[in-house]
Amino acid sequence: MITVIDYKAGNLTSVLKALHHLGAEPVVTDGNLSFVESATRIVLPGVGHFAATNRLDATGLIAAVRAAIARGVPFLGICVGMQWLYAGSSEAPQQPGLAQFSESCTRFSESHEKVPHVGWNSLEVRKGSRLLAGVEPGEFVYFTHSYKAPVTADTAAITHYIEPFASAVERANVMGVQFHPEKSGPTGLKILANFLSWEG
Amino acid sequence: MLTKRIIACLDVHGGRVVKGVQFVDLIDAGDPAALAARHAREGADEIVLLDITATHEGRQTLLDTVRRTARELFIPFAVGGGIRTAADAAQVFEAGADKVSVNSAALADPTLIDAIGRTFGAQAVVVAIDARRDPEAADPVRDAQVFVQGGRKPAGRRVVEWAHEAEARGAGEILLTSMDSDGTRAGFDCELTAAVSESVGIPVIASGGAGTVAHFIEVFARGKADAALAASIFHFGVSSSRSLKEELARAGVSVRLPC
Repeated sequence: MITVIDYKAGNLTSVLKALHHLGAEPVVTDGNLSFVESATRIVLPGVGHFAATNRLDATGLIAAVRAAIARGVPFLGICVGMQWLYAGSSEAPQQPGLAQFSESCTRFSESHEKVPHVGWNSLEVRKGSRLLAGVEPGEFVYFTHSYKAPVTADTAAITHYIEPFASAVERANVMGVQFHPEKSGPTGLKILANFLSWEG
Repeated sequence: MLTKRIIACLDVHGGRVVKGVQFVDLIDAGDPAALAARHAREGADEIVLLDITATHEGRQTLLDTVRRTARELFIPFAVGGGIRTAADAAQVFEAGADKVSVNSAALADPTLIDAIGRTFGAQAVVVAIDARRDPEAADPVRDAQVFVQGGRKPAGRRVVEWAHEAEARGAGEILLTSMDSDGTRAGFDCELTAAVSESVGIPVIASGGAGTVAHFIEVFARGKADAALAASIFHFGVSSSRSLKEELARAGVSVRLPC
C-alpha cells in the first residue's frame, strides 16, 4: 500500500495525480495510523510553511512514521516534506522535525536574487543515488521554496541558487526532494517511478 | 542555474480559449485541456489559465475546465478568474491547480492574499495586476494605473505601491499585464516590468505584447522579468515554446532545454 500523508499543508491533488499516472493506487491518510502501519511506501508531500508539520505531532503519525522507516519502508518527503526529515527549520524554530538528518533548514541568504526560488533549475546528481537514477546532467526540475537544506554527505543532488543547497537527500530507505517531481515533467515522473520501484 | 520561464497563457471564456486585442475583440482559439497538453508537450515551462469573464459574469464553468485541464498536466498550473474567497481558492486547488491568480478580489479586499497564503503557502498565490501607464502622473510608469474586472474599471491604485503591498501580504509572484501592450504583438512594456520587478523581491511574470523572439530577449534583459507569458504567439502556430526557447538560448538567455 502506498500511503500519502495529508497534514493539510497545501493540497495533494498534483502528487496523487502523478502517482496514479504511474500506475500506483495511493491511499491518503490524515490521521489513520493503520494506513501508515501497513504502508509499503510512504510519501509526505507539502508546500507552504514548516509550522504545518505540527499537525503530524497532533495526529500521532510521527511514531508510526518512525516505526515504518525503521522497518525499512521507503519514505519520500517532497518540498516541506523533505525539510521535515531534518532536525528543524529556521522558518518555525519551535517546531522540531523528524531528525533523520541532524542538520537544520535555513532561509536563503540575503542577496540581490529573488526569494522564493521559483522555477526550473538543474540537478548535480551525486554518484550512487538510486532515487535519481537515469537523471542526466542538464535535466531540469521545478522548485518553489524560500528555505533549503545544507549540502552534507547524505545529499543526493546539489542545486545552485544564491548558494549550493541539497535539492535531494537520500540515506537507505529515507529520501527527500526539495523540488516538485509531480510538476517536473518527464524528469519528475522518472524520479517518482524510481521511488515506486525502489527495492532496498 | 535558475532558468527564465516561458509561460503559456490560456484566456478562457465560456469554457473555450480566446484571444483579444487590448482586452476586447475576442476570437476562438480552441479547447483549454487540449491546448494546455499541447503547450506542455511543446516545451512550455508553466501553464496559466485565466477565466477572463468569470469575475464579470460569476463563475462555474471554471472548475470543470480546471479539472479537465489538470488531469494529465505534470508542469506547474496556475488558475485565475473569479476567485473571491479562500474557499473559492480551495476549490480551484482541489480541482488540480498549483497556484491561484487573484486580481479584482484582492484589490477589493487585500487580506484575501494573506488568507490564501496562510492555508496554501505563498508559492500558491499569484497576484495578477493589469496596469496602464498614466500620462498624467508624475511618473507615468511607476504610477501606472491598476485596473480591475478584466480591464474594465480603474482600481484607484498605482502599480508599484500595489505590487509592494501584495508582496508584503505574502504573494509568491506578480503577474504583470501591460494593458497598453496586450494583444498588440508589438513587444512587452519593459519599463513597466522593470519598475515593478526592481521594487519587489518576488518573481515577476511579464505579460502583454509578445510578438517576436526579440521581445522576450528584451523583457528578460531590460525588463528584468523572471518569466514571460505569451498566448496568441503560440495559438496560431507562430512558434512553439521549444523553438522560442532554442532561439532564446542562442541569444544567451538561460532556459530549460531540452524540454
